[in-house]
Amino acid sequence: MTWDEVTPLLWPATRETLYMTGVATLFTAVLGLLLGVLLVITERGGLLPAPPVQRALGVVVNVGRSLPFLILMVAIIPFTRVVVGTSIGNAAAIVPLTVGAIPFYARLVEIALREVDPGVVAAADAMGATRREIVTKVLLREARPGLVSGLTVTVIALIGYTAMAGTVGGGGLGNLAITYGYERFETKVMIATVVLLVVLVLIIQAAGDLIARRLTHK
Amino acid sequence: MIQIEKLRKVYRARGREVTAVDGVDLAVPEGEIFGVLGRSGAGKSTLLRCVNLLERPDAGRVLIDGRDLLALNGAELRRARQGIGMIHQHFGLLGSRTVAGNVAFPLEVMGVRRAERSARVAELLELVGLTDHAGAYPAQISGGQKQRVGIARALAGRPKVLLSDEATSALDPETTASILELLRDLNRRLGLTVLLITHEMEVVKRICDSAAVMRDGRFTESGPVTELLARPGSELARGLFPLPAVAPRDGVTVVEVTFVGGTADRPFVSALAREYSLDVNILGGAVETVGGERVGRLQLELPGAPEANAAQLAFLRDSGLAVEVRAPATTEEDDR
Repeated sequence: MTWDEVTPLLWPATRETLYMTGVATLFTAVLGLLLGVLLVITERGGLLPAPPVQRALGVVVNVGRSLPFLILMVAIIPFTRVVVGTSIGNAAAIVPLTVGAIPFYARLVEIALREVDPGVVAAADAMGATRREIVTKVLLREARPGLVSGLTVTVIALIGYTAMAGTVGGGGLGNLAITYGYERFETKVMIATVVLLVVLVLIIQAAGDLIARRLTHK
Repeated sequence: MIQIEKLRKVYRARGREVTAVDGVDLAVPEGEIFGVLGRSGAGKSTLLRCVNLLERPDAGRVLIDGRDLLALNGAELRRARQGIGMIHQHFGLLGSRTVAGNVAFPLEVMGVRRAERSARVAELLELVGLTDHAGAYPAQISGGQKQRVGIARALAGRPKVLLSDEATSALDPETTASILELLRDLNRRLGLTVLLITHEMEVVKRICDSAAVMRDGRFTESGPVTELLARPGSELARGLFPLPAVAPRDGVTVVEVTFVGGTADRPFVSALAREYSLDVNILGGAVETVGGERVGRLQLELPGAPEANAAQLAFLRDSGLAVEVRAPATTEEDDR
């Protein structure tokens, strides 16, 4: 293959990677945030103490995180079919991507929320703030830089996961690299996808760092 | 204004029980500054946190302005807390909000509308002298300024009561002085009732009307500061005016004399010397201004054993002084 033949393959694959990563990020951000908040507030002495719930959530998160993505993707095929109606293609890849990333991000959210000075929470409590206000106006707001950094790490992990989407008939840069670069020995395709992935990751990391820095008032 | 009755708080951890507050009674009249002095672990922080129910006591009553806080439900308690200001040792400011934003926070919690909010914030920042720093973030201002923000924030809801949790313990002496002055000023101008806890004698000396010394969850002494200082054996007096712990030699009498207010202005040492033709030796002493009154302690050595000095001691007592005779051979531990 010449470079002229390689280039037309790259754009659709990039778009597919961005599509899968983007949609999965959206769901992960919302659900991971929710799960992370629950992990923090249900602990003993937390805002909404429920230690059994916290332990159960902890187990779910740990199991979710310990499954290799490839296995998770295959294992939840029946669930995927229920959610998107098919188990093949880019849309079908989004379900396991999201399921895999939620516990990952939830832990990062948990870490970020635990960094919030308990004195600030106590101060808000002493002011008569409701639990909802403490979560939204104190915990989540104070933890914003950490939440953004955590999401950046998660997005980059998601891009890595999308490389395996080909297994369930999804596309993307990873799939392109495997099918052309590896299976057909098209080194140019391999080089091009690797470069694109590196650039993509660098851009996302730089953007994440910039936003996190903007949110930090030091 | 603040009334606490038989308050008890027990912590249970792994089968062990620690009684942090063990039956404390406390009453702070309106407009007074009451200080609870104690070392870390004495239970004073728990006591303070029980006043606005950040900690729920195991027994006892907490009344603020006549209302029994323990009888309130969640929403009522939150409303009551909006009327109780609190300042904290480490300020408890939101790092993600500006100075103005921090002061606005309790107003948001109270549901004050935006326009009203900004007017009130400006007013509060003016009150604590931070108008120029409204747009700064907490990380950009000094510790003293942070505590001023904390105070402005605590006053947002026009509380009648202010709770201060070691508010000056993280500050240097000069900044401490300026914050204490501000608290004193607010107490006078707004009629604010203040309950503060501290481990610094300085705080009690500078601004407290009344004080209590707390140890192992109990008050060992409590009352108006000037009265405590004049009370024989008072820990507060010993702490404020540390005197050398000398064991008197044989044949002399060592007395510690505490004088408060008016008695401080009379030259009782020379009067004593003249009256009884004595050679009075001053071993140590200090005079301070406490709550606007001159208060001092002197350690005097009189010739002759204590029994031989009965008339002289009576003379001192009759002059309105608190007199303690230091017993021979017992050395007093003085670790404050």
